[in-house]
Amino acid sequence: MATEVKEGQDIRNMVRTLVQNHGDEKAELIPILHEINRELGYISDEAIKELSKRMNLPSSHIYSVATFYRMLSTEPRGRHVIQFCESAPCHVAGGRLVWQKLQRELGLAKGETSQDDKWTLLTTSCLGLCGVGPVMVIDNDIYGNVTPEQVPGILKNYE
Amino acid sequence: MAYFRSHVLVSVDPVCVEKGAYELIETLQDELVKQGLVEEVQVLETSRIGDPETEGLDLMVYPEAVHYTKLTLDDVPFLVEEQFLKGRIAEQYIRETKRVVDEELSAPKTKEVRIVLKNIGEIDPLNIEDYIARDGYMALGKVLTEMTPEETIQEVLDSGLRGRGGAGFPTGLKWRFISNAEGEQKYMICNADEGDPGAFANRRVLEGDPHSVIEGMIIGAYAAGASQGYIYCRAEYPIAVRTMKTAIEQARNFGLLGDDILGSGFSFDLEVRMGAGAFVCGEETALMASIEGQRGEPRPRPPFPAQKGLWQQPSNINNVETYSNIPQIILKGAEWFASLGYKKSTGTKTFSMAGDVKNTGLIEVPFGITLREIIYDVGGGIKEDKKFKAVQTGGPMGGCLPESHLDLHMDYEALAEAGSILGSGGLVVMDEDTCMVDIARFFMDFTQDESCGKCTPCRIGTRRILEILTRICEGKGKPDDIDTLRYLCEQINENSLCGLGKGAPNPVKSTLEHFLDEYEAHIYEKRCPAKVCKSLIRFEIIDGLCTGCTLCARNCPVDAISGERRQTHVIDPDICIKCGICEQLCPYDAIEIK
Amino acid sequence: MPSVKSLDDLKKIREEALKKQQLKETSGKTEVVVGMGTVGIAAGARETLKAILDMIEKDNLSDIIVRQTGNIGLDSYEPIVQVILPGEEKVSYGKVNPEMARRIMKEHVLGGEIVKDFQIEG
Repeated sequence: MATEVKEGQDIRNMVRTLVQNHGDEKAELIPILHEINRELGYISDEAIKELSKRMNLPSSHIYSVATFYRMLSTEPRGRHVIQFCESAPCHVAGGRLVWQKLQRELGLAKGETSQDDKWTLLTTSCLGLCGVGPVMVIDNDIYGNVTPEQVPGILKNYE
Repeated sequence: MAYFRSHVLVSVDPVCVEKGAYELIETLQDELVKQGLVEEVQVLETSRIGDPETEGLDLMVYPEAVHYTKLTLDDVPFLVEEQFLKGRIAEQYIRETKRVVDEELSAPKTKEVRIVLKNIGEIDPLNIEDYIARDGYMALGKVLTEMTPEETIQEVLDSGLRGRGGAGFPTGLKWRFISNAEGEQKYMICNADEGDPGAFANRRVLEGDPHSVIEGMIIGAYAAGASQGYIYCRAEYPIAVRTMKTAIEQARNFGLLGDDILGSGFSFDLEVRMGAGAFVCGEETALMASIEGQRGEPRPRPPFPAQKGLWQQPSNINNVETYSNIPQIILKGAEWFASLGYKKSTGTKTFSMAGDVKNTGLIEVPFGITLREIIYDVGGGIKEDKKFKAVQTGGPMGGCLPESHLDLHMDYEALAEAGSILGSGGLVVMDEDTCMVDIARFFMDFTQDESCGKCTPCRIGTRRILEILTRICEGKGKPDDIDTLRYLCEQINENSLCGLGKGAPNPVKSTLEHFLDEYEAHIYEKRCPAKVCKSLIRFEIIDGLCTGCTLCARNCPVDAISGERRQTHVIDPDICIKCGICEQLCPYDAIEIK
Repeated sequence: MPSVKSLDDLKKIREEALKKQQLKETSGKTEVVVGMGTVGIAAGARETLKAILDMIEKDNLSDIIVRQTGNIGLDSYEPIVQVILPGEEKVSYGKVNPEMARRIMKEHVLGGEIVKDFQIEG
């Protein structure tokens, strides 16, 4: 998911290219933030500063938008991001036990990133896959009908 | 090789031979020859089909899998004529039908009517020609060449179509408002921010039949006089976003989007905008703020979007399902659409079924169907044949309805009267093992988390409710908690700015109404009747059943279980975290929840 | 890329699309359709599709068209695979894992026999 850490100049270049491609209208802010989040794994202060300059928007506005939306992060995340669906249908379908197993297996609580930067454990709102709940997403892979017993095996697939 | 369109199976089980199976085969053959069907229908011998003890002869017809029973040889000519010549099932001979497949794998869906879902599973969503082959964009053609914008609005108005996002406002009326509004630029917006946990109908339409949404939007834009449109889709639906983008690109390449569509002089273009994970953006004013690149916070109405919407211009917002109904209404007519449904709710509605029901998934049924029919006939009943306890309709802002409401006819008004909502059509079915206080707490946890924080009743009120519910679930409930909850529910509902706050108390209000005894058990007896709330239960090993296999002790994450091999084990309640793993694992059902 | 300039153009495209579909139906090719919406993928449809494609490639099978479609709504039966033999009705299979997919390919697609054990009404 997150690629290698980019340094100042790289980040500034990336932001500049993004603004060139999308245009500097305010309506493009969220699409651009999405791309930065995807590239860096999170939206860094450096990126916000550069974006503020390129889009003529106050940093405070960009920061307020970036922190409003759950899928954008202003904190660094692990190499692999696990999103566990915390919605009622998954809960009813046995999600609670899977969630407990995940937390135990990783030694992480909701929102935490492991010390080796490998994992970030998050919950997500409904993914609309309720028919095959419990559901979780690791990076871009979706897993349905997950049982607690499957958790270690699934995690093993990730380096 | 000859190709038979039907096959008749006759059992030549010894008992059936005794009853005249071979005579039946002969009579069938003769009759097929006589009616000129011998090349189309093949008679086959098979092992036993039904119960051989049933009196009379029987046979089975494929591919329909109809089982005709209690036949005599005299019935054959009529049966052959009905079934094979006229191609209809001879109802009078069906005394029982046998499914081709075993009961568990078959999904009955006889009560379904598919308008919105009609193409799904039939077409390749990424191929516009598949859609066109099934009359796609013909409604657009009809509107642009034969109808004025006003006639289009009138047709939609006459159909009685109401917003499928939950509010149930007449779509035609919405279109008339924007059509009458003054503004240099008008916008057509599709709300594809399907955030309700347990609702996934929109995702299915976006991924499976994207062009029906696009076509509906172009027709709406023509009626409203809009030249630009946006589909605001949740970022949680990456495949839907990708499919819609591809579909838009195809429509543009075909000239169905862009300038001078079908040579009519009407121009309209469309873009996909992605959310970023904020439930409140499903609210229309918050959605528009998000498209503009702001925090997705709602604002008070009026002014309504039809006057001042996106970038202060007249805007119309409809839901995915609403738009995808439009082409069918135009093609088949308002009258046809209005003939489906119930009272003031015309047409069909998709429901996303989840939870403890056998057949989970998406269904489309006419309004007016009862909850019982949905859950038992279409849904196949409760998993593991447990007892039904409640169904929550309409997502996290809907109410939980008990058994006594199962015969309610589903429409916007009936659900509102019952203290719930139709919402976006989510149905979460709960069985007897569900604790209703825990469920109320669960939903409040969701709305509290998703509250955008702009208005006080919602921001603080939902938090107070959550605190009280958590306290009750932990066995620390106070006698006046029930009154406080009722008061808070009322205040939040009356004073919140948008639908999220207004609807947030519904799960609490409805469970207080229908499942008060469970609240009372938690508060006064410190007992969770469904044995869910951790603080109110304890796990114990039953003496005579435990074989001392040590499976539980080895798997206990906190080493709370001790005991010698082949001796009854013991759980230390002070260490036990009540995770329930031991109970799940025990092969002898020796672990009891008290 | 056909550009649609009028309703007549659109009708022409519809006729052509229909013709193409009929050609497909009478071409003697067998269609294998896999539900590849998100819910199908979550239930393992990618592995199922891969098993089907692998088998076609490994055994050098011809006259088989593999298509994707959205998810029809029977979520508890995902992954769903549909087989349409030339000139015959569509047959749907539910909860198809790679192993079942290989059996369906062998017995139904190649052998012409419906695998009743996995069949669902859909």
